[in-house]
Amino acid sequence: AMAYGGLTVPIIVMSVFWGIVGGVLPWLVPKGPNRGVINTMLVTCAVCCYLFWLIAILAQLNPLFGPQLSNETIWYLRYDWP
Amino acid sequence: RQLNPKVSAFQRRFVGEVRRCEEMEKTFAFLQQEVRGAGRVPVPCAESPRAPLAREALRLQEQSEQLAQELREVSHNRASLRGRLRHLRQYLHVLREGQRFTSLPAPLGSPPRPRAFSDHEPILDPSLHQHLDRKINFVAGVIHPWRVSAFERLLWRACRGYLVASFVEMPEPMEDPATGEDITWVIFLISYWGEQIGQKIRKISDCFHCHVYPYPESEASRADTMSGLHSQIQDLSVVLEETEQYLAQVLDKVVMALPTWRVQVQKMKAIYLILNQCSFDVTEKCLIAEVWCPVRDLTQVQEALRQGSYKSGSSVECFVQRIPTSESPPTLIRTNKFTAGFQSIVDAYGVASYQEVNPAPYAIITFPFIFAIMFGDVGHGLLMFLFALWMVLYENSPSLRQASNEIWLTFFEGRYLILLMGAFSIYTGFIYNECFSKATVIFPSAWSVAAMANHSSWSSAYLATHPSLTLDPNVTGVFQGPYPFGIDPIWSLATNHLNFLNSFKMKMSVVLGIVHMGFGVVLGIFNHVHFRQRHRLVLEFLPEVVFLLALFGYLVFLIFYKWIKFSAADSRLAPSILIHFIDMFLFTSNTDNLPLYRGQVPVQMVLVVLALASVPVLLLGTPLYLSCRRRSPRPGRSAPVADGEQEPLLEGQEAGNSVNATKEDVESGGHSPDAEHLDFAEIFMHQAIHTIEYCLGCVSNTASYLRLWALSLAHAQLSEVLWSMVMRQGFVRLSYVGGVVLVPVFAAFAVLTVAILLVMEGLSAFLHALRLHWVEFQNKFYVGAGYKLCPFAFAPDVCE
Repeated sequence: AMAYGGLTVPIIVMSVFWGIVGGVLPWLVPKGPNRGVINTMLVTCAVCCYLFWLIAILAQLNPLFGPQLSNETIWYLRYDWP
Repeated sequence: RQLNPKVSAFQRRFVGEVRRCEEMEKTFAFLQQEVRGAGRVPVPCAESPRAPLAREALRLQEQSEQLAQELREVSHNRASLRGRLRHLRQYLHVLREGQRFTSLPAPLGSPPRPRAFSDHEPILDPSLHQHLDRKINFVAGVIHPWRVSAFERLLWRACRGYLVASFVEMPEPMEDPATGEDITWVIFLISYWGEQIGQKIRKISDCFHCHVYPYPESEASRADTMSGLHSQIQDLSVVLEETEQYLAQVLDKVVMALPTWRVQVQKMKAIYLILNQCSFDVTEKCLIAEVWCPVRDLTQVQEALRQGSYKSGSSVECFVQRIPTSESPPTLIRTNKFTAGFQSIVDAYGVASYQEVNPAPYAIITFPFIFAIMFGDVGHGLLMFLFALWMVLYENSPSLRQASNEIWLTFFEGRYLILLMGAFSIYTGFIYNECFSKATVIFPSAWSVAAMANHSSWSSAYLATHPSLTLDPNVTGVFQGPYPFGIDPIWSLATNHLNFLNSFKMKMSVVLGIVHMGFGVVLGIFNHVHFRQRHRLVLEFLPEVVFLLALFGYLVFLIFYKWIKFSAADSRLAPSILIHFIDMFLFTSNTDNLPLYRGQVPVQMVLVVLALASVPVLLLGTPLYLSCRRRSPRPGRSAPVADGEQEPLLEGQEAGNSVNATKEDVESGGHSPDAEHLDFAEIFMHQAIHTIEYCLGCVSNTASYLRLWALSLAHAQLSEVLWSMVMRQGFVRLSYVGGVVLVPVFAAFAVLTVAILLVMEGLSAFLHALRLHWVEFQNKFYVGAGYKLCPFAFAPDVCE
């Protein structure tokens, strides 16, 4: 079974990624009539997507119950998935 | 702006010109019809011609009327020529066929009697007629084939057998003048004796609309007539040919000139309609027009006016001057082809009031994002993205742009919108881990079945007796951490996956909804600051934000806190957030429901009190402030009640007056913010409605965002049903037959996917995302009571 880094690795990766999209890219957009719109789009997109991903991972951080599997699935997954 | 409201439409200055343009358009319509009737297609003109001057317009009118007249004459001639030709031909045939019945025993070499054609055998043998002493007369003519039997019957009854009637079909079909289609006429020859019978027969043939031709008695005269007819027909054919050629020439002329003329006349008409809205000044020497113009474009307008004066060669220059007005200006938002689609969905709800904050730039991202939450599936999102990409890449092809199908045009106008919707759907599809309802294992799953099996010693025999078992995250090694990107793929194999997914999606909807609404409230700050209403910052924005955050921000906090703090170890005792939330409002507590953290009850009490305290601030703050400000002594503000005098342009004017029209004359546009008449009651009422709407709205709108959960659940279930009940059937059979069966199964799967999941679900999610934006988001800050700036423009003429 692969050792998961828990929450730290994914959160660092995603935070950095969307941080670049929302915080660094707006500075690099060339000056033109559309700069304001493009910057708004970048920041909004970064916030929305990051928030959505964060909700998904936090919801699974501490599951209160586990998946219920049929016996056929268990037979198969027991040896196929690590 | 319409400066002549008192003058009726018929008395306005340029109405004559407008009428002339309309007459010309009528002529053009007639010409177009004729051209179309002759089967030609008018070529659309390549460049758009300039609008013609007044004297050119006269010339245009003359030319077009001349052409129309010519066309009419020529067509008329042709029709009459054709009619004559037809008559002549018919006569010829009548004579020819009639020969067969009345000629003496046929000379050798001539064709035998065409018994096959005739309906009747002659009662009287023609060779006998010379034995009779009475003189036999003939009536010959042509009759419509449908009327033959009725004609015969009537003849027989009326004349009691004192006649011989023979009918023969014409060898070639000819045109029926009434309907224009080709019919094979029937030639009849009636031989009778007696004058009265002759009259009866003629009357009857008149009734039946037959064409009767004189039938010469003797053989020789018949031959003469026939040769005469032949030559006449020939002459006529030649004339007809020349007529047709001339007609073709005229039509060619028309085809070349017509499109240009149409565009020119349309432009002229538009210009005159606008000129009708201007008024003359006192000296009747110049026209005055009042227009709205964006400040940035003012220099361009001046430049254009200068050029216009120069080109028309007038001695006096046109100029533009700013005048103050109390009307509210129209709203102009400049968009390019990408942003136009998003602006139009905001405008469909209401055009932004003048200088209000525009939600469209944010909607460019939030609208496709909210759509994608309800649509999340990688496969469907990819299909949608590719479809929109195709439309975008080929957006300049004329076949796409000028389609006549309205539904297609709607999709085409929104191609950038669909592109973004598809892209975000791919992202949310990855997070939901759904690709055509199947999960993808990008990272290895965090749940280990092996660990659970080893721990609980699930032998094969044990599994055989238990159809379903649950993995317990309390057992070490079973759960190894959260799946790094999205939902764990094991959930799509679990039978209780809806339990988990429902909880996740419900909380997600609530969190995203509250964030969206909070953002809407924050956008109101821009409005308050821009319109210099800083008091509203403290008296409206602050209580609104406090109310929202104290109650619903706290809910978001509870959700996140529970996710982080509670795990499977204490899952039995995990508190229910919903019950806590309800208890918070009712100030009760439930002993079975453990607190989430220490000191929860006092914290919640403080928050509720804070929220309740913000309501009266919101309710009474602004009205009281405004009335206080009004009651403090005003520096002699005389009410600007306008007196209805005419004032010249260059001296100072009262607000709302226009030049050379009295105040009563000018149509009153927007409202005059006459502060005298604002009631305290009115402000208070307005604020009360706003408060109630906001507070109740917070609760109901938060619940409204749960549709994000509902629709995404529906989409997931539909696509799963489609997979398991349609596509999977193609994989079930393992033989070669199964491979063949797979093809129609896939066809059915594809058609249903596109029709139900892409089109129907797509439209549904689009509609709900739109509703969430228009109602829940925009009623936090948007007024939307403006009207659009409609500049004068020559619309492109689309050839029908």
